[in-house]
Amino acid sequence: MARVLIRGGRVIDPATNRDEIADVLLEDGRVVSVESNIDARDAELVDAAGLWVTPGFVDLHAHLREPGQEYKEDIASGGSAGAAGGFTSICCMANTDPVNDDPSVTEYILDRARHESPVRILPVAAATKGLKGELITEMSALVEAGAVAFSDDGKTIMDSDMQRRVLEYSKMVDRPVSVHAEDLTLVRDGVVNEGPVSTRLGLPGNPAAAETISVARDIHLAEITGGHLHVGHVSTAGAVTLIREARNRGIHVTGEVTPHHLVLTDAETAGYDTNTKMSPPLRSAADVDACIEGLADGTLDAIATDHAPHAVHEKDVEFTEAPPGVLGLETALPVVLELVRSGRLSPAQLIAALTCNPAQVFHLDAGRLVRGAPGDVVIFDPERRWTYDPAKGYSKSRNSPWAGQEMQGRIETTLVAGVVVYHVDRGVLHP
Amino acid sequence: MMGRGLLGIEDLDRDDIELILETAAHMKEVGERDVKKVPTLRGRTIINLFFESSTRTRTSFEIAGKRLSADVVNFSPSSSSLSKSESIIDTAKTLDAMDPDAVVVRHKVAGVPKRIADELEAPVINAGDGAHEHPTQALLDLMTVVEKKGRADGLTVTIVGDIAHSRVARSNIYAFTKMGAEVRVAGPPTMLPANVESLGVKAFGSLREAIDGADVVMALRIQRERLSGAIMPSVREYHATFGVDRAKLRFAKEDAIVMHPGPVNRGVELSHDLTDHRPSVILDQVRNGVALRMAVLYLLAGRPQPRPTEEEDS
Repeated sequence: MARVLIRGGRVIDPATNRDEIADVLLEDGRVVSVESNIDARDAELVDAAGLWVTPGFVDLHAHLREPGQEYKEDIASGGSAGAAGGFTSICCMANTDPVNDDPSVTEYILDRARHESPVRILPVAAATKGLKGELITEMSALVEAGAVAFSDDGKTIMDSDMQRRVLEYSKMVDRPVSVHAEDLTLVRDGVVNEGPVSTRLGLPGNPAAAETISVARDIHLAEITGGHLHVGHVSTAGAVTLIREARNRGIHVTGEVTPHHLVLTDAETAGYDTNTKMSPPLRSAADVDACIEGLADGTLDAIATDHAPHAVHEKDVEFTEAPPGVLGLETALPVVLELVRSGRLSPAQLIAALTCNPAQVFHLDAGRLVRGAPGDVVIFDPERRWTYDPAKGYSKSRNSPWAGQEMQGRIETTLVAGVVVYHVDRGVLHP
Repeated sequence: MMGRGLLGIEDLDRDDIELILETAAHMKEVGERDVKKVPTLRGRTIINLFFESSTRTRTSFEIAGKRLSADVVNFSPSSSSLSKSESIIDTAKTLDAMDPDAVVVRHKVAGVPKRIADELEAPVINAGDGAHEHPTQALLDLMTVVEKKGRADGLTVTIVGDIAHSRVARSNIYAFTKMGAEVRVAGPPTMLPANVESLGVKAFGSLREAIDGADVVMALRIQRERLSGAIMPSVREYHATFGVDRAKLRFAKEDAIVMHPGPVNRGVELSHDLTDHRPSVILDQVRNGVALRMAVLYLLAGRPQPRPTEEEDS
């Protein structure tokens, strides 16, 4: 089969502590070797001089909307957006219609992905039937069908006994339970972070305590059950502290943070732009700082996009009525590269949070450039500037807070299983 | 500041506010004439776009527009059906196509006038959006205080009630602090918004302390459904603790005035006799409301519309 030689790039592979100029040779869809000056004359050549070469990114949290809401996104468009953003593995959340709470839905998603998506799609199944928090899903059958984790994302399982049972039962299949941690009885109608900004805007506040209460509860439940708790989209300093303490005590808890919670604060909502409405909401500068710190010290494992497409007509409504969430796949890299430029994260820390760390959290064979690993590679220019226009992107939706803004850092080439699936000049190439 | 509309007092500076108040004083004369009408806005169209019903504010704007000879059109879609059928942006674009000279917007959700203004060529006047701002109310309150006290600078203004849910409170806080007054807010802690001090006020949990030495006591209208539940146990308890009556008013300055944006829940925010008699100035507020709104309409709809230049537009 075809051989591909990626030549002369700065190879950053945190899983092997590699950061050096080297060549990467892929063959039969897998990594064969990473070293300097590989001689492979028959191989297809990809020149990476002056570029960074890393494992393909792994997103633990995206909403691809298929089945059921294909007007927002589908597996083809979401997978293409992922390829353009450097994501070679995308874990898609279960809040589709019908909900991915049954092996037939999981199989449907995987079947569609095989035919339609340029990148790997890994379904996250619902933790409870219909995301209702009442009945545990058939986790064993769902894992058999291909589910990689369980989550009622978008909703919090408010019944503590049910959450306990979910964490307990998930041990049987050895899969993490990813939680949307918000005490909904405290959130009520809150739509922006509670604080000076909500007071000034006159919009109902969502206090940081809604997240910390829920995270604290789930940590206690992880402790008594021994289940693997994965905290989705951490947004508060309090949650970072709780997770740090829990990890120090040996509780099996991991965490992720989104690009928007790493660089934007609630001040962005000043113009009532519904593309700054997320769940959880954008928080204070101190919260942003704590999330970055959590990523730097390993309290938070991964950067996950929470890619949440919504149609223009759904977002063009009153702030309180608009669905929360923003696009993430196509802008994640340039947005988080800012943390390297500002010196808050080393290149290796940032790339780890996009590759080997998330792969490890969900037990995925991905995120490393070692012999025998899948040939999923991304090549990018960390300096190149471009202007993001969602209308020209691959997602079907346009709800991004970065629309029209200049970005720094551009994906040049994305390879999945040793095949180029995206090139900056040629676009997404279906295998 | 005033060129593109009046969305909130927060956007104004002292000069803007003084210009509006001066203009309003002239407009008040018109209302005192035998024939209460001038041709200033003849041929101009003003749309009252009220998603949330408010007979008083809408009527005040309507009379203001008519006294200036503008054609005033009322458009009152119900906000519940609207959010399901037509988006606020579509509504804004539809109105824009009818070339109004000013659009007055009231909506129960904060930020809607801003979103509509972003889509319109015509200036937008915010007639109250959620718990955000109600700028003409604050300006008419300021006008009334200046009439009675000769100034706002150096006065102590106490705003009492459900600050968290009040657009009147926010606009008045900005208006009076910008004009040099000390603003205090008072209410049960459940009715004070998070970090209320960040608005530049002192917060009090006791009416007696908040009112001590005040020149102006402004009671806010309380929504009755909020007076039996999580934020206030009962009407009786509210009136006992934060209802303004003559006994509590003794702690204010001797010549203090009492204000209320109306309509008053008698015996709740204000005692019965205070509602009707001095030192309450409630009907002066209503009277000034028409003059103040005439001033705002004149300043915004009365001049040639400044169109954005190519550079600004891009």
